[in-house]
Amino acid sequence: MTERGRHSFDYQKDISGCGVFGVIDKTRTRISGDMPISAMASMHDRGNGLGGGFAAYGIYPDFPEHYAFHVMGYRPEKIGEAASILKKFFDVAHDEPIPTNPKARVTNPPLVHRYFLSVKENRPQWPTIEEKDYVVRVVMEINTSLGVAPRDEDKAFVFSSGKNMGAFKGVGFPEDVAVFYRLDEYQAYIWTGHNRFPTNTPGWWGGAHPFTLLDWSIVHNGEISSYGINKRYLEEHGYVCTLMTDTEVVAYLLDLLVRKHHLSMRMMSWVFAPPFWDEVKRLAPEQAEAFRALRMTYGSACLNGPFAILVANRDCLMGLNDRVKLRPLVVGEQGSRVFLSSEESAIREVCPELQSLWAPKAGEPVIVSTEV
Amino acid sequence: MLFQPINKSYNDFQIERDKDACINCEVCVRQCSYGAHEWDENRKLVRHDNTKCVGCHRCEALCPTQALTIRRKQSEFREHALWKPHFIKNIYKQADTGGVLLGGMGCVTGIPIYFDNLLLDASQVTNPSIDPLREPMELKTFLGAKPDRLEFEETDHGPRVKTTVAPQIELEYPIMFAAMSLGAINFNLHQAMARAATETGIAWNTGEGGLHKDLYQYGKNTIVQVASGRFGVHADYLNAGVAIEIKIGQGAKPGIGGHLPGEKIDARVSQTRMIPLGSDAISPAPHHDIYSIEDLHQLIFALKEATAYTKPVAVKIAAVHHAAAIASGVVRAGADIVVVDGIRGGTGAAPAMFRDYVGIPIELALAAVDQRLRDEGIRNRASIVASGGIRCSADAIKAIALGADAIYIGTAALMAVGCTMCGRCYTGKCPWGIATNDPNLAKRQNPDIAARKMANLITAWGHEMQEMLGAMGLNSIESLRGNRDKLRAVGLNQIELDILGVKHAGR
Amino acid sequence: MRHVKPVKEFCIGCHLCELACLTEHSRSGDLILAYTRERPEEGLKACKCVHHKGPVAVAMSCQHCADPACVTACISGALCKDPVSGRTEYDREKCVGCWACVMACPFGAIRRHVQSGKIVKCDLCVEREIPACVAACPNQALVLVED
Repeated sequence: MTERGRHSFDYQKDISGCGVFGVIDKTRTRISGDMPISAMASMHDRGNGLGGGFAAYGIYPDFPEHYAFHVMGYRPEKIGEAASILKKFFDVAHDEPIPTNPKARVTNPPLVHRYFLSVKENRPQWPTIEEKDYVVRVVMEINTSLGVAPRDEDKAFVFSSGKNMGAFKGVGFPEDVAVFYRLDEYQAYIWTGHNRFPTNTPGWWGGAHPFTLLDWSIVHNGEISSYGINKRYLEEHGYVCTLMTDTEVVAYLLDLLVRKHHLSMRMMSWVFAPPFWDEVKRLAPEQAEAFRALRMTYGSACLNGPFAILVANRDCLMGLNDRVKLRPLVVGEQGSRVFLSSEESAIREVCPELQSLWAPKAGEPVIVSTEV
Repeated sequence: MLFQPINKSYNDFQIERDKDACINCEVCVRQCSYGAHEWDENRKLVRHDNTKCVGCHRCEALCPTQALTIRRKQSEFREHALWKPHFIKNIYKQADTGGVLLGGMGCVTGIPIYFDNLLLDASQVTNPSIDPLREPMELKTFLGAKPDRLEFEETDHGPRVKTTVAPQIELEYPIMFAAMSLGAINFNLHQAMARAATETGIAWNTGEGGLHKDLYQYGKNTIVQVASGRFGVHADYLNAGVAIEIKIGQGAKPGIGGHLPGEKIDARVSQTRMIPLGSDAISPAPHHDIYSIEDLHQLIFALKEATAYTKPVAVKIAAVHHAAAIASGVVRAGADIVVVDGIRGGTGAAPAMFRDYVGIPIELALAAVDQRLRDEGIRNRASIVASGGIRCSADAIKAIALGADAIYIGTAALMAVGCTMCGRCYTGKCPWGIATNDPNLAKRQNPDIAARKMANLITAWGHEMQEMLGAMGLNSIESLRGNRDKLRAVGLNQIELDILGVKHAGR
Repeated sequence: MRHVKPVKEFCIGCHLCELACLTEHSRSGDLILAYTRERPEEGLKACKCVHHKGPVAVAMSCQHCADPACVTACISGALCKDPVSGRTEYDREKCVGCWACVMACPFGAIRRHVQSGKIVKCDLCVEREIPACVAACPNQALVLVED
């Protein structure tokens, strides 16, 4: 049983289909928000207006080394409660409402506020843990208390916590969510976007994609059928999945595998989509041994079920399919830019001429790193 | 038949013989090891004595004209909700003998079978189900301690693992044949299990009676057991298998030992167990070198030393009230595999009171053990094997979804070779040639047939498990293991749901 | 040579092979009639005979030997070796009922047919793919071998 009197097995996940889009400029030349917005708009039909969002890297050049916390909530006093928790754990360099356009065609928009934070010299709690763990603990602290209030209007929730990056998401079509957050005014060297087709009606903006933790952001098209065990595996490691979206487990797994267990992006992709035993059998003994160890140790972290995910951090953009490729993902390249998308049309919409275009194989990650 | 002691007449079964079909060929006479069928020299025909029938159905199965039907005896006591007939009959028996009631097979009472209240999920629309006939569907399972994390280094040929991984049992199916000792069952069946396990790439367990030299060739698929009697335990034996299992308890009779009567100790059993011919083999209730958890720790490491740390060590406990805490201690004591055996587990012989009333159902114990090991962050350090009343592949799948890495089947494996659950294993007269070393009876198990049937059972369950996994949208068993989201319950109360960690159907 | 080999380790002594043989060689093809009528009335007899000693049982019938003693012993040419099928064949018409073959057979696998004064011997169920006894054995203790 969790502390708050709710059984962890009782948390449910949403089921949804989706469209995803991502672009990275390897030279870190920033791209205007117009581009991912029109790409997502061209995949309008992959969503149903019940969720859309974007993540952008390089958007806060004025505060590049501060944790940029995006907080949403319906009542100012709830945002205030979240803010007072933040102020307890961090020094606030700057805070402001996130600029929004009230005329956007979105449903029931919350108040959104951002804080640029640095960890307090004298931490009130957890003095010895690594700084990033400390940040994660604070995010969890808010999201598992204020974030899980029974009524949506009582919630307050951190939906972005990385440096020089931000997530912008809500209930609506992605192009409308972009209008709400005025994303055409931002410039970023990595953009990811998400259009959601949930099978029920989440009234809550927190459940939309991208899902983020520290610098990681994830957009995801798929259903993670292994959700039940991924979630329990994460609980063993102190992550509590409260968001009712299976994308959340991807984010926490990334954090665990890459940040804490120091696996490379490539190894991590093999945890998510491991080679079949038939393939392992054909490898050289040393590699077969490595994959046997990988599968037996990280079996509970394998993402099983249909998915195409885009994962970004400040240095790279990665696309990955499940190991039988049950969801679409294509890659296009033009100059220093690499595009990943559910549909080729979305790439052609924003970049008609491409040097190359291909569909990655099942379970084969596409990892694009910045060169500078 | 005449002038029986009074209580003999309250027999459980009656034999119906179709006079038109019976040709008096005496097949039934030769098959019944209890002498229920007899040639009547005066009448020149075959007759039967219902009081001797144990309800094994062997005669019925072999009768060439289908002239025989075995039924429960029609005679009924006055109905009484409290005093069910078996209580009455048991009292008569004990009044006659002054002895402990014995019973074979598993718990006969109607304690809830939670497997039957658990239902599986399947994909519809939002994720595609996967067809195991077209796509890979992986059941391969490794049992043993896993590291918490791995370190790799990149080489030109691909990744190389730097972390040392403890020895494992590699299984092609997450199913194993449960411990049944040589003596309790006969050599033919030991051989059959060894061959079936080898053919299907799973493991079988020797039980506590040692391993006959002729079966050392199947060592890669053999788990050797060390129990409180230490029968047949020596250095070669420990090194003969792929893993060692320390048996602390058994679901059918938690808290007590075992007793193999001297009549069952023939030359082969005597040699294998390293005890004199015809002597009783008594396994004490506790291991007399384990009076606490630290003693278990010592035995685990003694066995690891004896095998140069090349084999995982399993510890089998009966599912009792504190199973979760005990399992946690067992893992901390160094066990690589914890086997939890539920109250419905089978046995050759157990006092009926233990068989029926001591211990708890495997589903609850398993769920509690898995959750406890996770709560304590030590689930990776040991695999969990569940056993005790797993009847079909869906039970196995449900056990895995509750958190088991693999399951043991004992009773089901014996049924594959003919067992009809008559529950008279302790008499040594098993008419199916299973729980007997009588050469007249043991030969009824031809290891060629028995190995084929046991292997068939494993592959059949394997196919079904693959289909169920595919329907759930999964293509490897590790994504189901502990994935309780794939289970929903019907008809259970909130406490049961909490223990099982499963939502009610409809949620 | 094709013959039915008994496996004594796994013969459970049930005698079902005898009943199968009897039925196969009966007029009615019906076990109940064969056993209860043809056997007592016409002397119908199985070619198979199960012998018991202690825990061991063996279901014996003609082994269709490569160099059969019965053929040598036969005074009327009723028994002969078929060079094509390898079977030791019996021609009832030629048999004079001297029973020399019964004494000559090292396996005791030829039985007397008392009523007709002739013999009963395994013909490997010419019309069946697998002899009836082999098909009926519940423990694979009868094996059809070709050697």
